[in-house]
Amino acid sequence: MAAYLIRRLWQMVPTLFGVILLVFLLFKGFGGDPAEILGGLNATQAQIEAIRQQLGLNEPIWVQFGIFLKQIVTFDWGRSWATNESVAHLFATRLPATLTVMIPILILDTLLSIPFALGVAYVRGSLTDRSIMVLTTVALSISFLVYVIVGQYVFAFQLGLFPVQGWSDSVATNLRQYVPLPVMLAVFVSLAPTTRLYRTFFLDEIGHDYVRTARAKGLTEKTILLKHVLRNAMIPILTNVAVALPGIFVGSFLIEVFFSIPGLGRELLLAVNRSDYPVIQAFAIYLAVITMVVNLTTDVLYTLVDPRVVLK
Amino acid sequence: MSAVLESPAVVAPARAGSGSVWAAAARRFRSDRVGMVSLAIVIVFLLIVVGAGLGIIAKDWQVEHAVPDAPPTFLGPAPQTESISVAAPSGPNVDISAVDPLAPRYKEWDEAAKKYQTKAATRAETLPFGADRLGRDVLAKAIKGAQVSILVGVSAALLATAIGTLLGALAGFFGGKVGDFLEWLYNVFTAIPGILLIFAFAAVFGRGIGSVVLILGLAGWPGIYRLVRAEFIKHVVRDYVRSAEAIGAGNVSRMFRHILPNVSHVVLVQLSIHVVGFIKSEVILSYLGLGVRVDQVSWGTMLAEAQSDLILGHWWQLVAATAMMAVFVTAFSLMTDALRDALDPKLRGLE
Repeated sequence: MAAYLIRRLWQMVPTLFGVILLVFLLFKGFGGDPAEILGGLNATQAQIEAIRQQLGLNEPIWVQFGIFLKQIVTFDWGRSWATNESVAHLFATRLPATLTVMIPILILDTLLSIPFALGVAYVRGSLTDRSIMVLTTVALSISFLVYVIVGQYVFAFQLGLFPVQGWSDSVATNLRQYVPLPVMLAVFVSLAPTTRLYRTFFLDEIGHDYVRTARAKGLTEKTILLKHVLRNAMIPILTNVAVALPGIFVGSFLIEVFFSIPGLGRELLLAVNRSDYPVIQAFAIYLAVITMVVNLTTDVLYTLVDPRVVLK
Repeated sequence: MSAVLESPAVVAPARAGSGSVWAAAARRFRSDRVGMVSLAIVIVFLLIVVGAGLGIIAKDWQVEHAVPDAPPTFLGPAPQTESISVAAPSGPNVDISAVDPLAPRYKEWDEAAKKYQTKAATRAETLPFGADRLGRDVLAKAIKGAQVSILVGVSAALLATAIGTLLGALAGFFGGKVGDFLEWLYNVFTAIPGILLIFAFAAVFGRGIGSVVLILGLAGWPGIYRLVRAEFIKHVVRDYVRSAEAIGAGNVSRMFRHILPNVSHVVLVQLSIHVVGFIKSEVILSYLGLGVRVDQVSWGTMLAEAQSDLILGHWWQLVAATAMMAVFVTAFSLMTDALRDALDPKLRGLE
């Protein structure tokens, strides 16, 4: 296990280096001149030159890459160009809001779609099954935007069941007042694709020999589904949850934008609109690291779920 | 299935025409009724796109045909209700030209104004599908928006598929150092969460249709790369490829003339899956203001306008954009499903 962990961590190094290189080259090669963005429209040539000097933009490119690497290793990203807030602080203060919204979404989505998918798999091939499949295709083809626009309008603006948007400092208030509507809409939207996917997993398992054996020895279809198929299908389901797991750190930026939730996704969008390069660069690299660590953790956790998986 | 086996009339032409994989796939596709209907709808939409692109339809989408926010109705404007009019004041106009300092110049200005012709535009009170806040026809806008959104989705999918297929072919065919390098590149691109990658590209490439295509294409290739690479690894050791090598076919020829046609069904299905995904992404990017420019219209910018319209009770723009998009995307998804079933019968019924 230790050897496996060390090897996996060692393999992360070149990938992480690649991420850093990609981000660096992308902004260096295609992005605008940072000095001109920082200086604004009224900056004189001398001011721009001074900024270039200060940021080390006149240095050769490998020296600049060195400065970039040093920033990453020391976690000193400098300050946001737009708000002058330190980037590390920005990240740390925006993450909780994102997690407050995303964790309930992930949990509810998984817990609700398993029984749905199981139910659809139980009546597979019937008219109900086919209508549900067509319905999910249609539901999927409507943009996420429409659900949120209409949902916000109907439930918050017209019916007044929830606040239209907002956020507070207290987690309890957030969970009670501001989170329910965004979570409800996001779960409603993600339910269709997740149910479809899980149904596929269940149908895959139903095709296996052990199901035929279970039928042959006279078990009811219900027992087979709940006792045998469900357990085996949990493996691909958990894989799917694990794949979605890094996503909860980025958050659903649309949800955050619509409901004014001060999370990472909204901050990132603001940064893109303001050409706030340090924030985008830092977020990209932080989240790449988080993604890799979460993936490794999931692989290790697999051994707990499925004894057949051997880490080597 | 059993019906096909029982009827010799159906089996005979099937045998006769079993020359190529594509002919067999086309036959399977034709027998899929849902697939054929979706294909017809997609073709109608593509004709609309071409028509709008050539300026045959929806050319005057920017013209203000109606009063702002004209409601949608086929019945025409409701008759004016009688309102109590205020009596016009009677008596002579007071002549103030003696004290008006501008009075001597009124004549001169009237002369100058005559040089310019103004046309009194007649604005419709209602339109069949309603008007937006500037009085532009929502239907024309939705058609023009369809052109932009579908064009962006298809171009971005073509770009992503081209990159993914080329890199996947190189990695699968050569393996070794090239394969390792491309695997590393794949790992790098997949390590960054997708939406973050899109935002990072958006931050550096700026706005416009071209940028959106570039952003989505560059961020979307890894999935296709992975599948094509796996197919190439499988095919490169097969006998027909080795035979091609034996008769002196070069690397490029073996990759793209021999192997690619045999894996092209995978590529085609991926292409059409990505079209749907990228249209949805374009709508979201345009909504956020990272997509098309302000003088263009896409389904995304329509939805962005619709959000504030809705609060005022003007629902028609939202409905027009949503309905157009839903019909096209549903038809395209169903067509993709039918295409996948036809090209890869092993996968039939999986989803």
